[in-house]
Amino acid sequence: MYFTLFVAVLMTAAFLVIAAYSIAKLIGPRSYNKVKGEPFECGIPTHGSSWLPMNVGYYLFAILFLMFDVETVFLYPWAVAVKSFGPLALGTIGFFMMVLVFGLAYAWRKGALEWK
Amino acid sequence: MFDFSIVAKWFDNLLRVTCGLGDFWVILIECVLVGLAILLAYALLAIVLIFMERKVCAYFQCRIGPVRVGWWGTLQVLADVLKMLVKEIFVVDKADKLLYYLAPFLVIVASVGTFSFLPWNKGAEILDFNVGIFLVTAISSIGVVGIFIAGWASNNKYSVLSAMRGAVQMISYELSLGLCIISAVILTGTMQISGIVEAQTGPWQWLIFQGHIPAVLAFIVFCVAGNAEANRGPFDLAEAESELTAGYHTEYSGMGFGFYYLAEYLNLFVVSGLAATVFLGGWAPINIGIEGFDTVMNYIPGILWFLGKTFFVVFLLMWIRWTFPRLRVDQILNLEWKFLMPLSLIILVLMTICVAFNWTFTIV
Repeated sequence: MYFTLFVAVLMTAAFLVIAAYSIAKLIGPRSYNKVKGEPFECGIPTHGSSWLPMNVGYYLFAILFLMFDVETVFLYPWAVAVKSFGPLALGTIGFFMMVLVFGLAYAWRKGALEWK
Repeated sequence: MFDFSIVAKWFDNLLRVTCGLGDFWVILIECVLVGLAILLAYALLAIVLIFMERKVCAYFQCRIGPVRVGWWGTLQVLADVLKMLVKEIFVVDKADKLLYYLAPFLVIVASVGTFSFLPWNKGAEILDFNVGIFLVTAISSIGVVGIFIAGWASNNKYSVLSAMRGAVQMISYELSLGLCIISAVILTGTMQISGIVEAQTGPWQWLIFQGHIPAVLAFIVFCVAGNAEANRGPFDLAEAESELTAGYHTEYSGMGFGFYYLAEYLNLFVVSGLAATVFLGGWAPINIGIEGFDTVMNYIPGILWFLGKTFFVVFLLMWIRWTFPRLRVDQILNLEWKFLMPLSLIILVLMTICVAFNWTFTIV
């Protein structure tokens, strides 16, 4: 049942965008000229494409995120069971948490967290 | 406490038994009604939130804000929507057209998707999966992709820069957001949102009381990270108007821009709503263990409790937005990776210790 509702919710979202877009297309004005089709750039003609190589720092943080995010996802099933495990829960997750903490400490020490 | 699922069951029964409709039609009608309810709530809340933001911002800056359209400026937002609708929608020649039109879908799907998980009242959650809160974090991360695609597809130098900044900021803050939610899950022992709220009914059972120190810390970290996740000041690096004109939605005109505006405010509401649900008890009324007081509090409908708490957090976040100056990109990343991330790991361990040794705050 919830899956049907979930699909309904997603379709609602899509419907909202399509409806608003089509109303705007219908009642909005339409005109075209060459200058209007240029990307905005402080009034002077644009120079070249914007799809340029980016600062490597962004990708570094993306990789770090990927690592930690996957590790936090693994924590969810454990989190649900902590109450029934009692003190044992701490022991079972200790090693895993250590990997997480050491990973962060290592990245920090290596200077991966510095923005250059 | 009034249970809304009675109404839902009555309506389901009405369709099935009284009208004698088949399975297909019943589900279709119910889904359409749910969709309409979501759209209505979404639009109404967007209007209220945008109006509130303008007024709050105005009073923080010693102005009076919009007052001309309607009584005390109440119709200003409707006027804005009308204006956005009659504006032309056009694409930059060099833009990636497919991605350009796809991006608003992703952003709106993420915000409507997370929005429909909020518990409005007892039994009035639209989606109530048993992995609810986990699914919320999963869906909310689609929004990052939407914002990134919007900036990238525009083929505008400001937009591309803003997309990169927005992406790196939002993915970073997702980590502490997730860790704070995990600490809450440890305390409640369930991921289902109705279950999380259910665990907070009773005297002094809101998580923020139940989990005392780690829960309060987690609430604060959640608010900070949520603010960054909703891309609002002081973390509005992605649309830093003094350096990037309008950021990732520079090249969007009319309604295209409207979607991002809508999603921003609804994301703010969703983040506040989640903070209210997870830490402040959702629709659960405040009970202090004295019978007379508790009975009076239980008479107040759950939806009022939920909206009251949520708007309290919304006001808090607006207050922060209009008080603090914008951070630089290195400051934002330092704050997350060198302060909030270790702090949320410590909160997680503290919370585990508290739960494992039964040091939670409960009145028997």
